[in-house]
Order: sequence, then C-alpha cells, then structure tokens
Amino acid sequence: MMNSMERAMTAISHKEPDRVPVFHMLSCYGAKELGISIKEYFSKPEHVVEAQLRMRKKYSNDCIYTFFYAPIEIEAFGGEVVFKEDGPPNSGEPFIKTIEQIKAIEIPKINESQQLKRVLAATELLKKAVGDEIPIIGVVMSPFSLPVMQMGFEKYLELLYFKKDEFAELMKINEAFCVSWANAQLQAGATAICYFDPLASPAMIERKKYLETGHKVANHTISQIQGPTATHLASGISSAVLEDIIATGSAVLGFSAKDPIEEVKEKATKQICLLGNLNGIDMANWDREKTRKEVRQLIQKAAPGGGFILSDNHGEIPWQVSEDVLMEIAEAVKEYGTYPIQTE
Amino acid sequence: MDFTTMPMEEFQTALLQIDRVKAAEIFESCYLQNKSFEALEYLTMGALEKIGTDWEDGQLSLSQVYMSGVICEELIEQYMPNFNVTSNKEPRIGIAVLQDHHALGKRIVCSVLRAGGYDVLDFGQGLSAEEIAEKTMEKKVDILLISTLMLASALQVKKVVEILHEKNMPVKIIVGGAPFRLDSSLWQKVNADADGKNGTEVSKMIEKLARGGQS
Repeated sequence: MMNSMERAMTAISHKEPDRVPVFHMLSCYGAKELGISIKEYFSKPEHVVEAQLRMRKKYSNDCIYTFFYAPIEIEAFGGEVVFKEDGPPNSGEPFIKTIEQIKAIEIPKINESQQLKRVLAATELLKKAVGDEIPIIGVVMSPFSLPVMQMGFEKYLELLYFKKDEFAELMKINEAFCVSWANAQLQAGATAICYFDPLASPAMIERKKYLETGHKVANHTISQIQGPTATHLASGISSAVLEDIIATGSAVLGFSAKDPIEEVKEKATKQICLLGNLNGIDMANWDREKTRKEVRQLIQKAAPGGGFILSDNHGEIPWQVSEDVLMEIAEAVKEYGTYPIQTE
Repeated sequence: MDFTTMPMEEFQTALLQIDRVKAAEIFESCYLQNKSFEALEYLTMGALEKIGTDWEDGQLSLSQVYMSGVICEELIEQYMPNFNVTSNKEPRIGIAVLQDHHALGKRIVCSVLRAGGYDVLDFGQGLSAEEIAEKTMEKKVDILLISTLMLASALQVKKVVEILHEKNMPVKIIVGGAPFRLDSSLWQKVNADADGKNGTEVSKMIEKLARGGQS
C-alpha cells in the first residue's frame, strides 16, 4: 500500500496509484475537532497541528492543510478580519479606500506578521511530525484575486478596467508579497503551494481580460515560487481557461462542481492533475447514500488513468458538513477508488 | 409603440465591451428616435436580461454583468429628468449584505432595479441579522433583498426571517449569492420567499410580488 505522499505524487504524475487520493481541505473545521472557538483555534499553531494530525487519521486524509483563513494576508497588510462562530473568518472593511492610496502601500514583511508566523510555526511542527509521508499544502492568494479583499470588488473592477498604471502598481506589490509568502511556507516544510485565484474563472472575469491581466500575473508569480503549485479557482468554473492555467506551470487544478467533468478530464489528461469537485455547500445536506453516489460518480468519470485527487470544489470543507459525511467519503473512496477503477 | 427595431444587440455588445461611449451613443439615438422613457427602459432591461441569462449559462463573467448594470444605471439616471419621470417608490425595497463585506452582488441588483425605475434603499454591508431586521422595520420595507457570500452568512437569513415574523412584518424576502447558487434548495431552508438568481429575475419577482403574487 502506498503512503499518502506516494499516492498523491503518482496521481500528479498522471499515473494510477493504489487508490484515488483524498484531499479534505480542512481549515476552520479543526476548531470543531478540538471543540474550541474558531478564533481561539487559530490563535496558537499547536491547535492547528493537533487537529490536522487527528483529522488526517479520522478521515483517512491524504494531505495536511496549513491554510488558516483567506484574509490572513489582509491582516499582514494591516487590514481587518471578522471571526465567526460557524464559518471561515472573512475580511472586514477594505483597507484600500481610494485608488490613490495604492502607491503608499508597503509590502508586508513575513517575519513581522504575528499571524503569518503562526502559519509558519504550524508548518514546521507538522513537517517534523509527518516527514515525507504526506504532502503538506500551504496556501497563497493570487496577487490578481487578493484586491477583492484589499479594496472591495467594485473598486477593484474600476482599477482593472480603467486604471492600467495603478493596477500594474498593485500587482507589483502583491506579486512580491505572494512570492515571499509562498517561499517562506515552502522553506518551513510545505510540499506544495495552493495558488487560490478565483478571478481566473471566466465566471468572474472574461477570458480576454484575464489573459491580458491575471494570467500574466500568474505566469510571473508562479515562476518565482520555488516549489510545485496547484491553482485553485475556489468553486469557479475552469473549463474555458484550463489550457491557460496549464501554461502557467501549475501541476494541479482545483475545478468546480459546475464544470462538465468529462470535458475537463479530456482537456486535463496528461497535462494537469485535477483536484475536486464535490459540492461543499451541498455536502451539508448529504446522507450516507447520497455521499456514496456522488463519490462513485465522480471517481468513475475523473479517476481512470490517474491525474485525479478527490476533494471538495471550494478548497475548504464547510463547518456545517457532518463528520459522518467526511468519514463516508473516505470509505466510499476506498471502495470505488481502488485502481483499476470499475466504471460499470 | 414598436420597440423591436431597437439596436438591442449593438447595445449589448457595447455593454459587454464596457464601452461607455458607444453605449451612450446608442442610448442617445434611441432617445432621439422614440422620445419615450418606456423605449429606453425596454432597451436597458432587455439588454440586461440577456446578459443575466448568458451569465447563468456560463457565457459571460460577473465583471461584465456588473459593469453593464452600472453603465445602464448611469444612462437611465442621466435621461430620467428629460421625461419628468420619478422612480417607483412602491413597493418599498430594501437591500443589504448579511455579515460579509463583499457588496458586488448587491450593487448589481441595485443597478438593474434602478435602471428599471425602482427606488432601492441600500442598507449597506457587513450587517448582522438583527441590524438588517431593525432597518427593515424602521424603513417599513415591503420587499427585502439579502445578499450573502459565505454559507454561514446565508444560514443567518433564517434569523432575519424569524425576527421579522415575530414582529408581524409582512415583508417578502428574496435572497441571492454564491451559497444559494451551489445549493438550489437553501433559500427554502432559511425560510426566504424566493431565490433571486440575477438582477433582472429579481426585478420580475418584485413586479410579481407588487401585484400581490399574480403573474
């Protein structure tokens, strides 16, 4: 039997491992595991370490996920984060109020942010605990998508469409930050970096504009990250930009529950490993039978030939999903995801 | 009046290319030709409806939907005084983003409704269930539109409904946002009255609710 690292690496190499790898992207869900509040959970790296190790075993998880919450990068820039009792922390009021402010933004230093240092500490401790048995996935927000939290979507669209110079200026700042944050996580022990880029989805920004902007940013940024990357569109559809994402050098693509699986699989074969695409929001309603059905269907369509990791489609299992469903996913993957895949 | 000869496709193209100048030229030519507010409303709502549907089908991006709505809203507001028309004050419509600070969906719906001649009370974003309920009661809103981004926020709609029902407020609640797109029955679970998939659909729902639910 392969260990999680061998299983994941075989799948990423477009070969068939012993069974389909499962990446449960468990972030604030760890607070549930420890029975503490989400705010308290993320206040100490030791909490994240303990929960990740427990959940790895409990749900037969093939990855360790050191992602705390999306706006942690906003905190590093001096912005506000709003914690909730039953869901991921969200960014507060955007800290860039006017486009003129962009030129005054300083690139945050990783070792000066208490929050980022906690992520690095958790990564180091987890690396010590698991060695090379299981991949540790670190996370960055793409420089192209981060401004939604930095300045709000409306203002960002104004920047993107009408303020070319200021857009370039913000991208330069965000790229420098993104590269140093990604490389710091790799240095701390992360195996790979998940590059979250929801705005790369044609559901958010039309492909033409993406190619002129976000795609160039991705090419430039990913080439400076000193380790493998996975691009994740956080539920956004990907089929129309799949070849473009392959061209950025990403080894893995997180695709959407709204993507046509057969079409995406055909385009991705031997080019990019697929990660997805269970509907995390809908998962909160699933019972055991529904879970098995969804897992089976997905595996039959996406797993043959390798190049597939089963996961949710957003990059985070919602708080509202029951533990039974996660355990059932693990069981169903063992049953239906053992290679060679039975497609009948 | 026959509006079918209006350059709808040309107008849509200008909107999708985010070409404010071209969109304004077409709008002006339609204005000079028809001199009726209904004609301009027909042009904008027709274009926005097609754009909304194409986004639903995955053919367009959210940024194109947003920018089209903003351009139409600007044009309608600019031409409204020429006709001595005022926006509809009835039904009283309120809109808010529950918990989150991501206001794009709210702005899109506001733009479409305003382009359609509705007056919309914008309660803001990052609001709690209690704050939204309070503003709804204070402003005596008939139709409350709630936008959300995260599942935890979407589930809070239930609390808004509970507070308003406890106070016997006869308000209708239409929800929208990503969680409702990914779980098509979520709007029922949070006891909302309807799920508004895009701006023009919300506009049609409001029209229907304003007629007492009659089609």
